[in-house]
Amino acid sequence: MQFKSMVLSNVEVSPSYFRLRMTAPPTISGSQPGQFVMVRVNPAIDPLLRRPFGVFDLGTFETAYTDCGRQSFLEILYKVVGKGTALLSDLHQGDHLDILGPLGKGFTFGEPAGEKLLVGGGVGLAPLYYLAKELVKGSKVNLFAGGRNKDDVLCITEFERLGVETYVATDDGTLGTRGLVTEVFEQQLAKAGPNAMIFACGPFPMLQAVALLAEKYQVPCQVSLEAYMACGVGACLGCVVKGKNHSDSTPDYRCVCKDGPVFDSKDLLWS
Amino acid sequence: MTTPNLSVEIAGIKLRNPVMTASGTFGYGAEFAPYMSLEKIGAIVTKGLSMKPKAGNPTPRIVETPGGMLNAIGLQNVGIEAFKAEKVPFLRTIATPVIVNLYGNTLEEYGELTEIIDTIPEVAGIEVNISCPNVKQGGIVFGTDPKAAFEVVSLVRESTLKPVIVKLSPNVTDVVVMAQACVDAGADALSLINTLTGMAIDLQKRRPILANITGGLSGPAIKPVALRMVWQVAKAVQVPLIGIGGIMTATDALEFILAGATAVQVGTANFLDPSAAATIAAGIEEWLVANGVSDIRDLIGALKTDR
Repeated sequence: MQFKSMVLSNVEVSPSYFRLRMTAPPTISGSQPGQFVMVRVNPAIDPLLRRPFGVFDLGTFETAYTDCGRQSFLEILYKVVGKGTALLSDLHQGDHLDILGPLGKGFTFGEPAGEKLLVGGGVGLAPLYYLAKELVKGSKVNLFAGGRNKDDVLCITEFERLGVETYVATDDGTLGTRGLVTEVFEQQLAKAGPNAMIFACGPFPMLQAVALLAEKYQVPCQVSLEAYMACGVGACLGCVVKGKNHSDSTPDYRCVCKDGPVFDSKDLLWS
Repeated sequence: MTTPNLSVEIAGIKLRNPVMTASGTFGYGAEFAPYMSLEKIGAIVTKGLSMKPKAGNPTPRIVETPGGMLNAIGLQNVGIEAFKAEKVPFLRTIATPVIVNLYGNTLEEYGELTEIIDTIPEVAGIEVNISCPNVKQGGIVFGTDPKAAFEVVSLVRESTLKPVIVKLSPNVTDVVVMAQACVDAGADALSLINTLTGMAIDLQKRRPILANITGGLSGPAIKPVALRMVWQVAKAVQVPLIGIGGIMTATDALEFILAGATAVQVGTANFLDPSAAATIAAGIEEWLVANGVSDIRDLIGALKTDR
């Protein structure tokens, strides 16, 4: 689906992290948590390519115009890292965007009875929020959020409002436990009951550590990956990652945009 | 004014309009079907196919640069057998000509692959890739030496009854010499240009951004180079040309047609907007109506260069 969208709000929630809410067609409600959208930040040729963002939240709101009734919205949570995201951060209410999506494969929820363990680092928390919203309807959800410092730990209050139990770790100890989030996570994982399931999104080294822990404790684990992308629909093959059978003699590449962005951690090569 | 004629013919392949998709930017067609009626464009050119599946290059494979992008995908593709089994059934359902882009690792492989593709009735024509800058074999080796190009095109020409289009590289000193060699070898048409070899550097890491170090530059940044090459080649050869290089709008496409192209291929624009090719085709029609041109063919090579 491709649609024109209007910015409803674009707020800096932490230094260099923004939460952008925009209008969306009603069909957006069919999105799976973990899917992403490709955003064209402006109609010019620099930056040229769209930027991929995980869906942070979806919902509806009452419009100011009585004849319009309720309208759907889509939210993304992003960090300003380059030219594209810098332009995005300059957008204001009423500005327009061109959106492609939702795209890719999202998270599989698993049995409601099992405990759900969410692990996120920095902007990797974005797709986990919409996931948590769905999971709390039937399961106990724990969130493990990490970052270099307190500014990287985002929207914890929102998760807590959903009833999610949250654990925070920062490299410098400015929020939560000092150290890696995966250390806090392992302590809880060791205590997790049967049917537990892990959902992770964040920087590659963090995902790598989570995938190894999942293997160690024999807990199913889904990871959501980030990649440079051009098309977002599986045509350009620019965003591939190494699959579990990859070697120099037997290459096995998976497309993040189409085969993912959510993968079973066992399907990827982590070394 | 009545509806203008947009149909053109490339080496016997009838196109409802002159807008095709460029190889490597449109998958095998089905990827874009959710976003655009494939019947709105002139032809689809598939991802470059080889005999065996090819894995492509390590990552990162793409990086953006001002007005363009660099790619070093390395011709990742499913191989001819999987193409026949998995991709052709979909292509059979669409009423748009399909052109298969192919490449070989050796001269012989170009011939063998062409013979197989010759037996696929759903394929309207062959585009021979002798110009990929990202692989050692099957690409640039054949595309930069006129003698090697002559040999490979002659072999492909002998191996099929289907129209043969040769895709030229801009990474040569004189594109006209290469074009002439391909035409002499029996090419029915030429498409130009493939990507320009380029590079991007991460200053902080003091490393190239692409794993392959260099990549192929595409997008609006290369349009002036492509236009110049189409214009030069159009003056030198008699076969139809397909213009490629940074075409984002109907205006861009029409400029290529004026320079001498009979049709155009849309590449990088498909990534920005999966319905770009159809939008460009519709825009060409609008322009013809607005400017009182009743037949697109009146514009082919109609560039005025006198002062």
